[in-house]
Amino acid sequence: MHMHKFEKIWLIFGIGTLLVFLTVLGVSAFYLGNQPPSCLATINPEKVDTTAPFNEPGLKKVEGKDWDYELVYVAQAFAYSPGEIEVPLGAKVKVIATTKDVIHGFQVAGTNINMMLEPGYISEYVTTFDKAGEYLILCNEYCGSGHHMMTSKIKVVE
Amino acid sequence: MNTLNAKIDPRDGKLVMAHFYVAFIALAVGGLAGLLQTLVRSGKFVLPAGIGYYQILTVHGVVLGLVLTTFFIMGFQIAATSRTSGTLSNLQRKLGWIGFWLMTAGTLMAATMILLNKASVLYTFYAPLQAHFIYYLGLTLVVVGSWVDGAAVLGKYISWRKQNPGQPSPLITFMAVVNTMLWIVATIGVAATVLFQLLPWSLGIVDRVDVLVSRTLFWYFGHPLVYFWLLPAYMAWYVVIPKVIGAKIFSDSLARLSFILFLLFSIPVGFHHQLMEPGIDPAWKFLQVILTFLVVIPSLMTAFSLFATFESYGRSKGATGLFGWFKKLPWGDARFTVPFIGMLSFIPAGAGGLVNASHQLNQVIHNTIWVTGHFHLTLATAVVLTFFGISYWLVPHVTGRVLTKAMNKLAIYQGVLWAIGMTFMSGAMHAAGLLGAPRRSSFSEYGGAAQATEWIPYQIAQAVGGTILFVAIILMLYIFVNLAFFAPKGEEEFPIGEVSDKAEKSPMVFENWKLWLGITALLILFAYTIPFIDMIQNAPIGSKGYKLW
Repeated sequence: MHMHKFEKIWLIFGIGTLLVFLTVLGVSAFYLGNQPPSCLATINPEKVDTTAPFNEPGLKKVEGKDWDYELVYVAQAFAYSPGEIEVPLGAKVKVIATTKDVIHGFQVAGTNINMMLEPGYISEYVTTFDKAGEYLILCNEYCGSGHHMMTSKIKVVE
Repeated sequence: MNTLNAKIDPRDGKLVMAHFYVAFIALAVGGLAGLLQTLVRSGKFVLPAGIGYYQILTVHGVVLGLVLTTFFIMGFQIAATSRTSGTLSNLQRKLGWIGFWLMTAGTLMAATMILLNKASVLYTFYAPLQAHFIYYLGLTLVVVGSWVDGAAVLGKYISWRKQNPGQPSPLITFMAVVNTMLWIVATIGVAATVLFQLLPWSLGIVDRVDVLVSRTLFWYFGHPLVYFWLLPAYMAWYVVIPKVIGAKIFSDSLARLSFILFLLFSIPVGFHHQLMEPGIDPAWKFLQVILTFLVVIPSLMTAFSLFATFESYGRSKGATGLFGWFKKLPWGDARFTVPFIGMLSFIPAGAGGLVNASHQLNQVIHNTIWVTGHFHLTLATAVVLTFFGISYWLVPHVTGRVLTKAMNKLAIYQGVLWAIGMTFMSGAMHAAGLLGAPRRSSFSEYGGAAQATEWIPYQIAQAVGGTILFVAIILMLYIFVNLAFFAPKGEEEFPIGEVSDKAEKSPMVFENWKLWLGITALLILFAYTIPFIDMIQNAPIGSKGYKLW
């Protein structure tokens, strides 16, 4: 099959660019550890309130781990628990969340924290809060008539 | 090509028009729903009579994403096959009508449930939100009907091959066959979740549903779905547009190769819609990211081929300099200009798509309104403007009328208006999404949060764009009604391009379906088997149904 010389150049350039993109993504994922949230742990969605750590939602200081705090959230239509939390500036935090009913989103606007919460699964993401201010948490997956009212707040304080 | 019909048989034409009537009714209903959504999100407008935002959002998605597209595509593919491979046999045409009526009945069932507010679950119907079973049954009939409809195209292709042994099939028939195969392989996923999970569950036969399995089966279907929308536009770009401008098809075999690549690589990629999900191993997510990027290659080939056609045409008309050919293109012809606007929109749309599929970058924009902005460039501009461009000649061709100069002019205004409206709407969506504004959400001040206040000016820009787009939709409907019922009688050409004399004959390997479907199946098994077994082995207890609207 004949291919025009310019088309060969165009495709070599295009495919080369794709390879560069994929290499960057791959190095970031497997060498630097920047993977999307994929915790793979399960939970009984009907027993969330009695299962640790979700029996005590909120911020907890931890010792001897790669992060300083664990921030635990329970989502249900149409609210997050806790509704407001203060996090010290510069803290390395593992956010741990799950849902008691339908699928919800967990997005901290203006940050890279963005996870799906699915019934039966635990979602986790480790992050550092290095900018002071108020951050809005909102549900970004449709969950019913009150979906757009489902919010919480993180205050990063010095 | 002894079976080439210069004019489609009127019996086939009637079948095509039946599909188009439903498609354009869907455009009217879905367009109105879209306008209302942008108005609600501006914060200045409240829906009357207790109609819910998520109810009209469901209407918009189902009617435009599933009904308009499927009906238009089935009608167009039947027309293209009948034109280039010969009139359908009575049996094939009967299959077409059975498919049409199944799809129509399914659409009406689903629509009734949405209007009764028993199915405000959006067109993605993620469990465990549970709609009325008639909604799922209606959507099943749409899919099954499309299979029967597709059988008409496949049947015609098989009989053409029997009559022309050793010959490559007509290019646009070949493309319609690829898209039909793609559709059948893809819809197996959504059919499986609906038939084996959601229907028994919504009927109360089983109590619980496995949410992750259902989502995975949905997205196994959900991404090839967008290529099912795109490929008919590519058919028009590859085969019809060269004839419209008076040029030749750049290369028949490369066009076939790009379609085969779409068949191979558009299915095993659904995980790039599920990157933010907790239950899938990140290494498997990454594998599907790689496969997703491979689909870029046939799109690069398409872009090259189109612009090669345009440039060689311009130069044959005496154009000089690097970009002189650009001026020689027939800008006054809506059949060219309107799809061309669509092609241009595919450049930023494709770049945005690369961002969406990029493993980690997805985290920034996942489920923000950026994504909505993205597919309003791909589907709602590149694809839809090409469908409009097809209608300008296909509707009068089958109704025995002509596109008048006045209508042609109106059609160009329509395309330009669309581009302006979409620049406002999609541009504002992309920008607001980067700031964190979510998709699929009614107007909200989010408890007075400062961040949410920043999004409101963009939402007003979306309403401005949405209003302009709605005016463009009204123009399109006016043109459609004119071409279907009122335009002067005459002969409108169904343009089918010829291959450049310099191009070689296409190798027969492209028609080897055992080979291509075999590789498709292997790629799917490779990308899905292990993660799917993992999901089932490690599944949590299933979910009961919720009706939260």
